[in-house]
Amino acid sequence: MITLGVLRPICRIRWLCVAVTVRWPPEGMDVEGSDRGDEPRRPEPHTPDGNAGGSPSERDGQTGKGRPDPDRQKGSGPPPRAGAAKRPADGPTGRPPKSAQATPAQRPAGAPGRPTARWSSPPPGPARPGFWRSPLRGPWLTSVFGLVLLLGITVLFVTGLLSYAAYNPNLAPGNDHTPEKGWLGFYLFPWPTRPYWLYRLTQGVHVTLGVVLIPVLLAKLWSVIPRLFAWPPLRSPRHALERLSLLLLVGGVLFEFVTGVLNIQLHYIFPGSFYPLHFYGAWVFIGAFVVHVVFRIPTMATALRSRRWRTELRTPAARTRPEPPDDTGLVTPDPAPPTMSRRGALGMVGAGSLVLLVVTAGQSIGGALRRTALLAPHGREPGTGPNGFQINKTAAAVGIRARDIGPDWRLVVRGPGQERSFTREQVLALPQHMAALPIACVEGWSTDDQIWSGVRLHDLAALVGLRESPPGVFVESAQRSGSFNSAHLRDNQVRDPRALLALRVNGADLSVDHGYPARIIVPANPGVHNTKWVTRLTFGAPR
Amino acid sequence: MRGRTRGPAEGIRAHYGGSLAHLVLVLCSFALACYAGLRLLRGDTLGIVIWFVGAALLHDLVLLPLYTVTDRLAQRLFRDRRGKKPRSRDTAGGSRPVTGRVNYIRVPAFLALLLLLVWYPLVLGRVPGFTAYTGLPADVFWGRWLLITVAFFAASAACLLVTMWRARPRRDRAGR
Repeated sequence: MITLGVLRPICRIRWLCVAVTVRWPPEGMDVEGSDRGDEPRRPEPHTPDGNAGGSPSERDGQTGKGRPDPDRQKGSGPPPRAGAAKRPADGPTGRPPKSAQATPAQRPAGAPGRPTARWSSPPPGPARPGFWRSPLRGPWLTSVFGLVLLLGITVLFVTGLLSYAAYNPNLAPGNDHTPEKGWLGFYLFPWPTRPYWLYRLTQGVHVTLGVVLIPVLLAKLWSVIPRLFAWPPLRSPRHALERLSLLLLVGGVLFEFVTGVLNIQLHYIFPGSFYPLHFYGAWVFIGAFVVHVVFRIPTMATALRSRRWRTELRTPAARTRPEPPDDTGLVTPDPAPPTMSRRGALGMVGAGSLVLLVVTAGQSIGGALRRTALLAPHGREPGTGPNGFQINKTAAAVGIRARDIGPDWRLVVRGPGQERSFTREQVLALPQHMAALPIACVEGWSTDDQIWSGVRLHDLAALVGLRESPPGVFVESAQRSGSFNSAHLRDNQVRDPRALLALRVNGADLSVDHGYPARIIVPANPGVHNTKWVTRLTFGAPR
Repeated sequence: MRGRTRGPAEGIRAHYGGSLAHLVLVLCSFALACYAGLRLLRGDTLGIVIWFVGAALLHDLVLLPLYTVTDRLAQRLFRDRRGKKPRSRDTAGGSRPVTGRVNYIRVPAFLALLLLLVWYPLVLGRVPGFTAYTGLPADVFWGRWLLITVAFFAASAACLLVTMWRARPRRDRAGR
């Protein structure tokens, strides 16, 4: 029956139109603003204290088994709800909820059968309030998920912006994968080289947290699905704008999560380059996110205060009751018997996040924990020995040929008016320095600190006459294709004593896959800017 | 809540349905969305629109109905099986609901499918270049996911057995 109820309306064009134009959550949560446009004014929500949360008895989940009074539902929702009207037999009118809220005196007068100007009644299906029957849906549960997402997505956005800055896109066009960014790069700053683990931390958090938030996001979307089908679909200009904004919100958040999750698995099926998609997508999303947060925070705060955590965590499924009916449209007027408590639902979502954390975080944390990242792409080491750490792209994958890195390989170092060429032996004869640095990838994985040895970049600058305050450097690779066969490094990166043109790692020559004959390693630099198979360094290159 | 507007603002409220602050903030966010969106849509415009809007539609109209229906069917299965025997207890009211047992399937299935949803390209071997890029074997993920799934269901079964074992003696005692 329920099954058919879900499937039947899919055939209805009218319903599909709703689905396309409509977005979701808690509109109507805002008492003052939402529903007062050109529509017939609906009654104020009638909680005695103006608190959506209901009486203490309901908070404790101890209210009787009574379903919410359907008459009251009609009054409190946006215009009359046919779903409620359709089920008079269900309505326990003779068994009103015990809470003080629902006393007949507080019912809106004249609610039943009130005619509406334009929309007679919702079509059968998900637009009817009784269609969605989970007794768990309600403003409190939605707000818990919303609070987690508010904090989590804020961290994701900030770490994402940091990652963008880490590429130094303003330094030179070659570094910029989003050259049209305009004002969206307003905040950019020279990316520092210390602490040396900075990018490892920020990007590890970005990717791991993103993965861990997926079940919370899914739960949040589940909890507000009735609002997608709210009837009438458009009540006022404000409502229309809100729904458009919600399309940007939900489409945006899913677009960001999907492109991110696919990219870290090297599954490049999205329509274009990852960088512009994920970057501009984030900016499209964040405006709608801010609007949503600003206008929902009061509702969220009220809803969170409406129930006590301690009580919620002690309430088993058998004693779980729906949240008190209110004007959010989230609480079903026709609840199914509970099969899970709120604590169970939160626990299940939390377990989902925990499991994802366990099978993912190891690829960022490294060490012994790497092996716990059972499903993450970089959960094992590709080999043993000094070069047995993570590889981003192998030499074969980017078309490095034997002769590119054979005996004929030369390192060309250019400065203003000077150019010098070195064989590998000559580079090895220059003063060698060591640095313990990780490789940290935009995909969220990273290596432990590796002991690199090679020539300091500022020593190389001195060889072409740039002894004092060397400028930035343009690094080119033998790699012919790929967007990261060259990179510009900023002067602060060149000047860091740990910034090396590395020839050896962990006491051995670099392997071909790690950039033999020579590669760049700079503290806190995104992995792809630690160019491998380096052939030419141009200090003070024109930008 | 934020309806302290007076005078001319009333006109906006009447026509717009909300406060001026709301209108301004929403329009600002749209301006930002347009600014970024025009850049987002460069290149394969249609493809990107399909991905952006399609992500929402696919979730709302396919994924969510799909798991809702699956969950309903699972509940139904459980209810039917129980229904044959001690129906009286189903309607007894006060005791714990029988359908709670469905969670011993629901939770491990949720966790396993969640892992599959997130890591499906690797688990289902959809990344042809994975080994070539990373030097790591690509064929381990399917087996790992299966083992993890088995572990979830085994742990769930163990929990169920413990619950049943704990519940039984009490009933026996009560019966005697």
